[in-house]
Amino acid sequence: MATVVTDVVSTSRAVVRGASAAKAGTSARWAWLWSLGQAIGPILLALLVSAALLLALGKNPLTFYRDIVSQGLFNKGGIQDTAIRMAPLLLMASGLIVAFRANIWNIGGDGQFLLAAALVAGAGPPLIGALPNALAFVILCVTAVVVGGGWTVVPAYLKARYGLNEIITSLMMTFVGVNFANLLIKGPFRSTTTQVPQTDVIPFKELLPRIPGTRIHVGLVLALIAVFAVHYVMTRTAFGLKLRVLGANPRAAAHAGLSIPRLTIVGFMLSGAFMGLAAAVEVLGVWGYVRADWNPNFGLPLFALVFLARLNALAVIPLVGFYAVISMGGHFAARQAALPDDFMLMIVGLILLFMTLTEYLAGRSERGGYLSAGLKKALGKGGGDE
Amino acid sequence: MSDMLTAAFLSALISGGILAGMPLLFASLGETISERGGVLNIGLEGMMLMGGYTGFVVTLYSQSHWLGLLAGAGAGLITALLMVVFCVRLGLDQIVVGIAILIAAGGFTSVLQRAQFGTTYPRLDAMSAVEIPLFAKIPVIGPSLFAQPAIVYVGFALVAVLHWVLRSTNMGLNLRAAGEKPEALDAAGVSVTAVRSIAALSAGAFAGLGGAYMSIVGAGIFVPFMTHGAGFIGIVIAMLGRGRALWVVIGSLLFGMSVSLTTALQLVGITVPIDVVNMLPFVAVLVVLVIFARQAYLPAALGLPYKRGIR
Repeated sequence: MATVVTDVVSTSRAVVRGASAAKAGTSARWAWLWSLGQAIGPILLALLVSAALLLALGKNPLTFYRDIVSQGLFNKGGIQDTAIRMAPLLLMASGLIVAFRANIWNIGGDGQFLLAAALVAGAGPPLIGALPNALAFVILCVTAVVVGGGWTVVPAYLKARYGLNEIITSLMMTFVGVNFANLLIKGPFRSTTTQVPQTDVIPFKELLPRIPGTRIHVGLVLALIAVFAVHYVMTRTAFGLKLRVLGANPRAAAHAGLSIPRLTIVGFMLSGAFMGLAAAVEVLGVWGYVRADWNPNFGLPLFALVFLARLNALAVIPLVGFYAVISMGGHFAARQAALPDDFMLMIVGLILLFMTLTEYLAGRSERGGYLSAGLKKALGKGGGDE
Repeated sequence: MSDMLTAAFLSALISGGILAGMPLLFASLGETISERGGVLNIGLEGMMLMGGYTGFVVTLYSQSHWLGLLAGAGAGLITALLMVVFCVRLGLDQIVVGIAILIAAGGFTSVLQRAQFGTTYPRLDAMSAVEIPLFAKIPVIGPSLFAQPAIVYVGFALVAVLHWVLRSTNMGLNLRAAGEKPEALDAAGVSVTAVRSIAALSAGAFAGLGGAYMSIVGAGIFVPFMTHGAGFIGIVIAMLGRGRALWVVIGSLLFGMSVSLTTALQLVGITVPIDVVNMLPFVAVLVVLVIFARQAYLPAALGLPYKRGIR
């Protein structure tokens, strides 16, 4: 348990650095501690409630959490797995930040991810055989970006044109996308050499190059660059400002002469593009193929992390690291305890729930919260600054 | 194609439509009440899973389908208490809380299922069908419509009751006011919080009942995440039904039929890949949404917490 706490503390420090930079104006000494508590509090509460459930099920929560940390963080192979897992998660989190900042609820990340993954895995083996690897990687990544972005067009258009709730439509597109990916894998992309339906396999040696001395592929570097790029674009460029204005106050955006439908569609597609890139990195860096009915369900847990990071791209890095530990170490811990991996899903759901609660307490003391002022307004929060 | 085949095909389509449509019906009725009252319940699917699991376990141990269905509704109601406390009382973000409930409930039921049953999936006895005299003898629609488990008739009776409550009672009027203009309701001396709490709780109970129907009557087993998006289809049906119970029935049965279409097709010798079967309802929803995009209607104050004195 103690190790978990230290991990959480170090995670949260980095969060605080990001968050306090964002509101240097308040500059109170206590704001620092407050932000720390706001990031740690929900995580600790969620771990506590989950521990209570473990006890009720007759499992030892201390063993469970120790297994998570020792496997996910302090095991030489485990920590590399954790780092590898961070690559797609960081890219998807970047996609979520772009969308959420513009008040676009792209809930369909998993469909965008899986469809792109299926196409990369289907086109990958023949392409990598025929072209120089670097060129093939670029083509495959571009394909994934186009597929991921393209899969958002329907919800984006429906939102931009008719104001239809994109939570519903992007989720419907996810279910269609996941099944469509399966159809592709069982149909045109199906390998003739295996019993189980899956795509042909890209040989291990032909996957994305590794960072020297490790098993970690360069996709992680790409993902980190993407996070910094998103942070830069969202905070320092006109385009980022436009998206944030759209998110903060659509009416103000319209008055400023911005085309809301166009911005909505561009923002939505950009978000989907990151989901696609995440898929390309995961397939080309880790698996080399995709099996039918494979769905890592990365999308949903990321919501909690992205909100916990207050839509700040830099603050997402430590939180994604924390989740990668939970996810990789949790897989091991859950197997030891004869529980499904979905246990981690529950922890994440609880974090999200408790986060809204700390948000409420923060709102009462008027110290601001994880939602941008505009998101709050859009959702009708009676915040202090209105 | 002979007449026999067509009759069998139609019969399978209708009864399959009811089998797959009832959970959607319960869920979307719940969402209708909730949305009318101004509470957007994104966590509907999570409540269905809670109801599905609880209903299944209670039925398994008590051997009573009715007790199981009741317990399912109860579990949905208890889950909805979270919505009441977090969203109605404290005025927190309904979307974030809804997603949290969705994620947590999915994980929770999956964990409980594994902890209790390991990797086995015990099967329940089928709920016996009740034939309605005379009507059940009608060809084609008789056996498919009037020889169903009693809960199906209860479901349709609930629709009638709800239709009446929403249209012709004070409660229905209050509910609509809470969703459209909560200030007016408050000014009239009715507690917005109370009305919305009741709306959110009813939604949970209905969703739980829908989930329980799915595991107890529909499948006879509980598998983690077995709702497979039904809760979200329910939300869409409620949106398109524009708060009217009868439209919700038609929508649910149509979507139910789109699910059962493939099973019915197999009867006439056309096999469809399982992925197409799974995909079809969602494609149907999207097509309907694209066509009727302008018609979807949501109450003015939907998703907005009500606080006195803040506009």
